Amino acid sequence: MALLSKKDTNLILDPLADNNPITIQVLGICSALAITAELKASLVMAVSVIFVMGVGNVVISLMRNIIPSKIRIIAQLIVVATLVIVVDQVLKAYQYELSKTLSVFVGLIITNCIIMGRFEAFALGNGVWRSFLDGIGNALGYGVILIIIGFFRELLGSGTLFGIQVLGDPIAKTGLYAIGYENNGFMIIPPAALIVVGIIIWVQRSRNPALVEEN
Amino acid sequence: MAIDTDKNGYTILFAVVMVIVVGSVLAFLASGLSERIKENERFEKQQNILYAMGVNENTPDSGVNFIPTDVVEDKFIERIKTQYVLVNGKVNEDETAFAIDVKKQLAALKAGDEARLPIFVGEKEGKEIYVLPMYGKGLWDAIWGFISVDKEMVVQGVYFDHKAETAGLGANIKMRFFMDDFIGESLLDGKSYSGITVSKTNNDPLNDDKQDNEVDAIAGATITGNGVSSMIKETLKAYKPYLETIRNN
Repeated sequence: MALLSKKDTNLILDPLADNNPITIQVLGICSALAITAELKASLVMAVSVIFVMGVGNVVISLMRNIIPSKIRIIAQLIVVATLVIVVDQVLKAYQYELSKTLSVFVGLIITNCIIMGRFEAFALGNGVWRSFLDGIGNALGYGVILIIIGFFRELLGSGTLFGIQVLGDPIAKTGLYAIGYENNGFMIIPPAALIVVGIIIWVQRSRNPALVEEN
Repeated sequence: MAIDTDKNGYTILFAVVMVIVVGSVLAFLASGLSERIKENERFEKQQNILYAMGVNENTPDSGVNFIPTDVVEDKFIERIKTQYVLVNGKVNEDETAFAIDVKKQLAALKAGDEARLPIFVGEKEGKEIYVLPMYGKGLWDAIWGFISVDKEMVVQGVYFDHKAETAGLGANIKMRFFMDDFIGESLLDGKSYSGITVSKTNNDPLNDDKQDNEVDAIAGATITGNGVSSMIKETLKAYKPYLETIRNN
């Protein structure tokens, strides 16, 4: 017996492409703009969201039969907030350096609408294992886009990847800069992320016309 | 067993139980970890102070390398000779200077109240170095750091940090390329304490000119840069009585 049935596999794979939370559902755009100026920040955010969504979906799924529907949104919010704060505190005690990088994202994770969206749309109505897969899948779909945007923004905006100069030194004029190449400062500011997201959406829909809505 | 989750009584009970459970989990966690977190914060502050006075593990091409956490306490005791507190223009030796929250003291100073401003005097290569804490405002939130000078008011090193400046722009104030520019610059312009301005019109990307009281700004981080400039100015204003005494020594 396979570890994952075909239906389960789709829970992970769908959000990566044809049902991507950012490019198809257009959720989580706010954090996609805010933290993608650098690849490292994108990666940290992606990993944090994968963790929070995986665990959060499991917790909500476990509680799905006892949460009163009148206050379910608040209950979901408390679960995300608690998880994020627990992670933040534990990191502060045992991985201080990492926690400093992460602390900026704590607020962004709590308010990430993809997380609340999956709690509401999936975990409240599905079993634990499937909710876990759905959470991981959606967080991966979110993370992949974040990393793509971070890659282009850091490369074109600063000429670096993970802080390492890959195109030469802009001040000493080596590498590409020797032949007149300049960093594009526009890529570092948040609107550039929208343009990159737009291009990703364009490429994705032209490769798969089924995604294009009829007007 | 089916529960009627729509009943008001159940909803209230659920809310109460959830708040108690979550509250105790967080309270338990916070009190359990607080000692370790405080220790980490102390080490970080020691690392920052030492970094600002040029005691670090940087190599010419490396990023920011602090003294490792496991030896920083010993190194701090070895390098920082005396701690002082500046109150109302008078300097007193005070071993508790390290624990002072500069943010609160600067706020008190601004309000016209009595402020206790910490000063750390260290030694490097036989020379006395004076480390002053700084606290100011960037674009989004707080920025802070330490600046160290010698008797002639020549900067020996700086350390900047920030709470939430934009990644890739303002956040770069804690990168070496920016902080290293301050080394060798003078806080004095003739006789006045003009500080060091983060300037967009400096036209000196390699920072060869150490007499201009200016360093190159980071493109796209104007407000963070202005924040750094005014943070240095505020620090100088607050510490002027003390700086005058070391210059006249």
